[in-house]
Formats: sequence, structure tokens, C-alpha cells
Amino acid sequence: MKLSKNFTNPLAANNPVIVQILGICSALAVTVKLEPALVMGLSVTFVTAFSNLVMSLLRNGVPSRIRIIVQLVVIATLVIVVDQFLRAFMYDVSKQLSVYVGLIITNCIVMGRVEAFALANKPWDSFVDGIANGLGYAFILVLVAFFRELFGSGTLFGFDVIARFGYENNSLMLFPPMALIIIGCIIWVHRTINKDLQEK
Amino acid sequence: MLNLFINSVFIENMVFAYFFGMCSYIAVSKSVKTAIGLGAAVTFVQLMTVPLNYLLNEYVLKDGALVEGVDLSFLSFILFIAVIAAFVQLVEMVVEKFSPSLYNQLGIFLPLIAVNCAIMGGSLFMQQMIGTEINNVGDSIVYGLGSGIGWWLAIVMMAAIREKIEYSHIPAAMKGPGIAFIITGLMGMAFMIFSGIQL
Repeated sequence: MKLSKNFTNPLAANNPVIVQILGICSALAVTVKLEPALVMGLSVTFVTAFSNLVMSLLRNGVPSRIRIIVQLVVIATLVIVVDQFLRAFMYDVSKQLSVYVGLIITNCIVMGRVEAFALANKPWDSFVDGIANGLGYAFILVLVAFFRELFGSGTLFGFDVIARFGYENNSLMLFPPMALIIIGCIIWVHRTINKDLQEK
Repeated sequence: MLNLFINSVFIENMVFAYFFGMCSYIAVSKSVKTAIGLGAAVTFVQLMTVPLNYLLNEYVLKDGALVEGVDLSFLSFILFIAVIAAFVQLVEMVVEKFSPSLYNQLGIFLPLIAVNCAIMGGSLFMQQMIGTEINNVGDSIVYGLGSGIGWWLAIVMMAAIREKIEYSHIPAAMKGPGIAFIITGLMGMAFMIFSGIQL
């Protein structure tokens, strides 16, 4: 029961991106196309899950004064694994993501979940929490990328969807500011449904 | 060099073009005073860590720099973040010692500079730009300063706007982060006019 609640909560009601406003940096930059957005979401899920697991296993052995640097080392190691993997097997996507793979290290979701959850919970719970938060992040990424690719290039995953019906590409959608505006609108819709999240 | 500076402050602004440092940008931009303090701290850290990481990249990580035939550049993430974390720790101790009021004002956001994407992003972009725009330590200092100032400018402008709209009638669901994102998007569009400027 508790486990399933831990899993579903970050997906909607307590989404890390649109409720806690974490991990925005990379959430916006990689969302021009669906494919890099999906790969980025899965990479972050992997890093969050395993950094949560490792830090939860280490939580009683690490003095709290040096915990930040230990966390950064664990996270950076996992990100190097992801980066090398992407370069080896998905070179094109890895080129598109460029520095944003490295920036998973400073993604606030990863650090935030380790600090807020893994340091106080058992390894298995932390692992599930990591996966759930990673997927919550991936969901928003894919949602933003869906709108940007559909209206910006008329395609989905590179397949022609509406361009064939004489749709003129709206290249404004491909520029950075539109990602911010789309996320603002997602927050608007989300908070209209979940009234308890509204400020004052 | 002037071109690089203008480029990093306005055209490739950390916030508006790359969304770097958005977490603290949204969270701390509620008052201009705190925003100025945090912006100054970020600029300072950026100014120091980008050249440091440049030197590290040139003399340790680059292909054949340390040992002939060994390419250590896959270690750059972990070394860069270690330099940044150590440096932020240092800044934190100095600020706590010499300016306790600023220290209390910034609170948790001071140590969080270590995980501010703008800092790590600055170093990673610097690494990518070696050979094109950045060719020596001087360039990396200019780039560090420029990108830091760009972030500072963005957060102060944002804080000023958010102070103004405090009492405006905004749909309840848009209050807080929702409207902040849309304002940032509009400011980003305004900043797009700088693109293509060459000096």
C-alpha cells in the first residue's frame, strides 16, 4: 500500500517538475523533439533510482558534514556511466543532448530525492521513489516535447503527422521561450484541477 | 574577446537561451535584494570555476595531457563538480565569516550554488567551446564573467517584475511558478532580438 502510494504520488499529485519546480533546466532544453526528450527522461530515471539506492545503503556510514560531496561523487559516477552508454549505443541522440547529459549531475531532482527521501528510508523504498520521480520528470518532458515537435516541425518521433495536410511549421515553437510558456500552461491546467496547490 | 563577453551576457544568456539555473532562479526571485546577493555569489563562483576547470581540462584531462596517449576526458564531469563543490564550500565559509547578514539572507541557497546548473553548465560549455571561441585562460575568464553576469541580470530583472505583480489580479491557478514561467518566456523572446549581434 505504502509502496504503491510512493510510486503514484510523484507521477501526478506531487510531480517533481510542475509542483516542486525541480529539474527545470534540462526539462526545457531537450524538448524540441520527442526522441531526445524520452532518452533524457529515461537517463534521469536511471540516475535517480540508483543514486537513491546507493545513498540509502550508505546512509548510516556517511557523516552528515561530508554527505553532499559523497552524493555528488555517487551521482557523477552514475552520470558518466549513462554518458558513455549513450555515446556507445545512441550516438546521434547523445550529440543532440550535448552538455545536458552532464547536467543530470546538477539536476535538482536527483539531489533533492537523495536528500529528502533516500537518507531517511530503506533501500528498496528509495529505489522505487527514485524510479517514480524519474518517470514523473520523463512524463512532463515527453508532454512538452509532444507539443513542441507536433506544432514546431509537424512530426512525432520524426514521422510526418500534420505537415502533409498543408500545415505551416510554427518555428517559434522550436525557440527556447516557448518551452517556458508551455510549462507555464501545464502548471496552470494542473493547478486548476488540483485546487489545493494554488497559492493563497 | 568583447564579442565573447557580449555573446555570453546577452545572446547566449544562461537563463533565456539555455534554461540554466532555473531552480534557484524561480525560487529566489521573490525580492530584488536577495536576488542581487545570490546573483553576485553565482557570478563570483562562475568567474573562478570556469578558468579553474579550463586549466584542469588543458593540463590534466585532455588527450595526452597528463600521460602520453591517455584520454581522461570521460572524467571531466566528476572533476568539474568536485572543483565546483569545493569552491562553493570555500565561498560559504568566507561569507559566513565576513558577512553573516548576507549568509543568513541567502540561507540554503548558498550551498545549493554547487548544484546550480548555470555553474556546471558554464564549465561544460567552456569545454565544448575550446578551439573555437575559447583559446586561452583569458577567454575562459571572460566567458565565466560574462555568463555569470548574464544570470545575475536575468534574476534581478525577474525579481523586479515579480515584486511589481505581487498585487495584480492573476488567475489563482497561475499564481507563483505558473506566471513566473510565462514571464520568463516573454523575457526570453525579448532577448532574442540580440541574436546575431557581432562586435
